[in-house]
Amino acid sequence: MDDQEKAGFFRQVAIVGADECDEIGIVPHKGILQLHAEAARNALDDAGLALSDVDGMFTAGPGWSPTLQMAEYLGIKPKYTDSTSVGGSSFVIHVEHAAAAIATGLIDVALITHGESGHSNRFRPGSGRPSMDPWFPMSQFELPYHVGGAPTHYAMACMRHMHQYGTTHEQLAEIAVATRKWAMLNPKAMMRDPITIEDVLSSRWITYPFHILDCCLVTDAGGAVVVTSAKRAKDLKKKPVYVLGSGEATTHQSLPSMPDLTTTPAALSGPRAFAMAGVSHKEIDVVEVYDSFTYTALVTLEALGFCKPGEGGAFVSGQRTAPGGDFPMNTNGGGLSYTHPGMYGMFILIEAVRQLRGECGERQVKNARLACVNGTGGTLSSTGTLILGVD
Amino acid sequence: MTTEYNKPLPTPSPEAKRYWEGCKKHELWLPHCKICEKPYFYPRDFCPTCFSWDIEWRQMSGRGTIYTFGVHYRHFHPGWAEEVPYVTALVQLEEGPRIYTNIVGVDGDPRNLRCDMAVEVAFEDVSDEISLPKFRPV
Repeated sequence: MDDQEKAGFFRQVAIVGADECDEIGIVPHKGILQLHAEAARNALDDAGLALSDVDGMFTAGPGWSPTLQMAEYLGIKPKYTDSTSVGGSSFVIHVEHAAAAIATGLIDVALITHGESGHSNRFRPGSGRPSMDPWFPMSQFELPYHVGGAPTHYAMACMRHMHQYGTTHEQLAEIAVATRKWAMLNPKAMMRDPITIEDVLSSRWITYPFHILDCCLVTDAGGAVVVTSAKRAKDLKKKPVYVLGSGEATTHQSLPSMPDLTTTPAALSGPRAFAMAGVSHKEIDVVEVYDSFTYTALVTLEALGFCKPGEGGAFVSGQRTAPGGDFPMNTNGGGLSYTHPGMYGMFILIEAVRQLRGECGERQVKNARLACVNGTGGTLSSTGTLILGVD
Repeated sequence: MTTEYNKPLPTPSPEAKRYWEGCKKHELWLPHCKICEKPYFYPRDFCPTCFSWDIEWRQMSGRGTIYTFGVHYRHFHPGWAEEVPYVTALVQLEEGPRIYTNIVGVDGDPRNLRCDMAVEVAFEDVSDEISLPKFRPV
């Protein structure tokens, strides 16, 4: 199939519902499954659909059989499930998989859910991520040298980028400051006090070269989106958000096997999505990219082709991505300042849908018609890129 | 030494047994693809570049450069509580492969480290069975 044929196929599909669970942030009194279920209810309400309409179930957690757990908990018997679990990009990739299943007529309505107690699980007995097989590569060749979670690997990738291209702490801080300005316009964001470049640079080190203000939050949150055919979407409550282009890519699991530390798989998934949508970078009105760290957003802009490799630092300088800047990015306040429960990709989808519908109030990007969404998962391991648009 | 060591220890897998046997003798051995004519990391029974199973083990020089590094100011395992700040790195061996390791013999001040700095292997005997390859500036 050429790009035009693929585009025709995917344009038959739209996101019709999107929402968070009732409370996000610090939610110790609710479990993970509750977060999924509330988000599912809210997103279905947003779409004007009932749970009984859902025949495809997509999620990336919890446990060894995520969709079995979620379908049982919700009380549905889906005829199609997809537990693709490739990190925080999973939910963006689920949209592509759901679109394919809908376009081929396998299902009518896909429900994609997410929920994690990234903050509160640290205080709950027996919870957290399962231990790894001792013969797996990470157990043998990384854990004996210490792996301090995501900051370890992302900091090391960032360090190589700084060495190779001269990217500076100040340039990374530009992203933290700009993203905070968006969070100040989002009532649901956790961190809403203004910060300066100097605040970022003087905040404590987590893993050099990252200060704590280069790192995302760790919160409790859930979200869900509902995807269906464009035909069915026309009769629903809200303006359909069409899937115009989509790409997915995977290059490695852990850092030692990463082919090039200074880019991301978005260099593969991005061009696929743009080619399918048949749009240019200049036509994009709003950009929502996973910002697990300031660096993740910076390198993603390069990988997607908004600027050249190594030019991300200059590109984001001068508060270009902030409200009022000419490149609105991460308009909900991002994983850096709004919320980040662990696998944040769901929330860039929700924000892109809201921007394209014109529902964002104070932080609304004027006349947003085309959005580029990019989820990054693992240790810069997997990406899903979507080009979304409205009539 | 054995009684005091409280960090995670590797459990050698069948395909990595030769690697850990080499380390025990303070030698760095990696599998080498006879088709691609290059070594690879991490050990497995086939070449991850061409999927050839025609491989042999070869000893590496132990010399390389810091491809990248991170300096850690927090610990996620009690074994490192006394060692903050410590350095994790990807070392690029002169034969090509990159391995995840620690840089030792440095004070953890990032100003004293840089990418592409020359390093050599320094084995740390952590149990009766395991010696960990770490690296120090040359």
